[in-house]
Amino acid sequence: MSAVPLIARRGLGANRVAMASLGVIVGLTLLAVCGPALSPHRFDALDYAAIAVPPGSAHAHWLGTDRLGRDLFVRTLDGTRISLAIGVFATAISVAVGVCYGAIAGFMGGRVDQFMMRLLEILSGLPLIFLVILLKVAFGNGPVLLFVSIGAVGWLTMARIVRGETLSLRRREFIEAALAGGATSGRILRRHVLPNVLGSVIVYATLTVPQMILFETFLSFLGLGIQEPHASLGTLVADGAREMEVAPWILLVPGTLLAALLLAFNLFGDGLRDAVGAPER
Amino acid sequence: MRTIRYFLGRLCGAVPTLFVIVTVSFFLMRAAPGDPLDQEKNLAPEVVANLHAAYGMDQPLWRQYVSYLRNLAHGDFGPSFRYPDFSVTDLISQGLPISVTLGAVAMLIAVGVGVAVGTLAALRRRSWTDHLAMTLAVAAIAIPSFVLLPFLGLLFGLYLHWLPVAGWEPGAWRDVVLPVAVLSLPPLGVVARLTRASMQEALGSGFVRTALAKGLPLRTVILRHALRPALVPVAGYLAPALATILTGSLVVETIAGIPGIGRYLVEGALNRDYTLVLGMVVVYSTLLIGMGLIVDALYLWLDPRIRFEP
Repeated sequence: MSAVPLIARRGLGANRVAMASLGVIVGLTLLAVCGPALSPHRFDALDYAAIAVPPGSAHAHWLGTDRLGRDLFVRTLDGTRISLAIGVFATAISVAVGVCYGAIAGFMGGRVDQFMMRLLEILSGLPLIFLVILLKVAFGNGPVLLFVSIGAVGWLTMARIVRGETLSLRRREFIEAALAGGATSGRILRRHVLPNVLGSVIVYATLTVPQMILFETFLSFLGLGIQEPHASLGTLVADGAREMEVAPWILLVPGTLLAALLLAFNLFGDGLRDAVGAPER
Repeated sequence: MRTIRYFLGRLCGAVPTLFVIVTVSFFLMRAAPGDPLDQEKNLAPEVVANLHAAYGMDQPLWRQYVSYLRNLAHGDFGPSFRYPDFSVTDLISQGLPISVTLGAVAMLIAVGVGVAVGTLAALRRRSWTDHLAMTLAVAAIAIPSFVLLPFLGLLFGLYLHWLPVAGWEPGAWRDVVLPVAVLSLPPLGVVARLTRASMQEALGSGFVRTALAKGLPLRTVILRHALRPALVPVAGYLAPALATILTGSLVVETIAGIPGIGRYLVEGALNRDYTLVLGMVVVYSTLLIGMGLIVDALYLWLDPRIRFEP
């Protein structure tokens, strides 16, 4: 474990694409957190004197306004912050569930493992996304349900990876030694298994964040996620797509930002995986 | 014989899976607040009662469930609540051919182009072709279809005037160029990456070295020897690829104005059109389960060493 950050740093430092992506992620996050405070406008303030003005016009709206006169710079950054927060939070849920499930299955082995893996296989064969859409439609748009439903889809891959690593760890001498020393299963899982799978977990968590953001923006685009007056990048793109023939910047500003954010997360996650030497899923 | 028994077993195993999905969806929809007739304004209570009776909604829930299952077993999806002139079977059979055609073309492009790009990248490993191809593959995976399609519509439709922005006329291929391209890109990126990895492994293996040592041209070695084992992981990805394309079609058909079945799931769920939503869930699940069977058959063909035990 202690070697992982070192290798990661050395390998990552040489990977210019990954470092640039990390820069983009950090920069966009900082901008999303601090940016709205730099502008005189609020995300939900209507400016009737400036309805759908393009970027760079004389109205002090740096990136223009939407058709209700709301400032796009502030709105897009506010949406980015919400999308990022949901992505990170949903990833945390799927990591927690996936790691527990995978570690238990891999450590218990035998029948328990077989049963748990079979269940996982069935779940990943189901059209879960469609069920989540039904769930969201049926039980409204509360943020808790949004986190839970997105996280519920994300943990499957994580569980599979952790289970595989745990399975191979279980045969190693230090686990056997711990067992011989009378350590309980819970202690072995916490003190010996978890630290050793942490590297892979971090790598795949990095790759899960963009998936979760994508999923949230997809739901929001369909009108099933974040609700007005708040915005996520998904609802902003949906609004923009409706106006693109007359006011293309309403689409281009959040669309470009979302694409850049997802691309940066994916490239950084790939770089991290290559640097640590973790296998592709 | 064993193989046939395995596939028969899988086919029978699909029925309970489908049953569970239908049951969960049925009660999920019914547990939701609201009613399909809510949006008809100013109806007299007697009319509402009559409408409920006409759709069988005055019966207890379990009886509605049983009768829905019975009809489903006869291939009848029931009447649509929000499109009163159509049965769900009508709606789906009108839209399904369009959606299936688009999805199938997108799948073929994704696999064909993806395998070609991945092979090229594996052959020119660490060249700038490889780096460019893999960066583009990540971009194809990362950028959501609901961003890409409006962007491309803006570029090719509004600014360059090469293709229509949206719209649909039967037989007008130009209408579907952008939607199909956007549908195929995410799975294409994944296929390219999978192929690159597996092709690299295949190219480094003994039988490829032997074939090259015999003096066979590289082309033949790749097509006749390396490609087959390299395709195994790609075959394993086909079911998730179909799920990706189906999910993509939900937004792509809506944005591009294509009258497939993509819009029915969300629209039906928002309108509490129970029968339409359940019909869509059944169609999607059947497609995905069917793809799983095709993948197993492909495995057998790609790698004859694989044996399936029932």
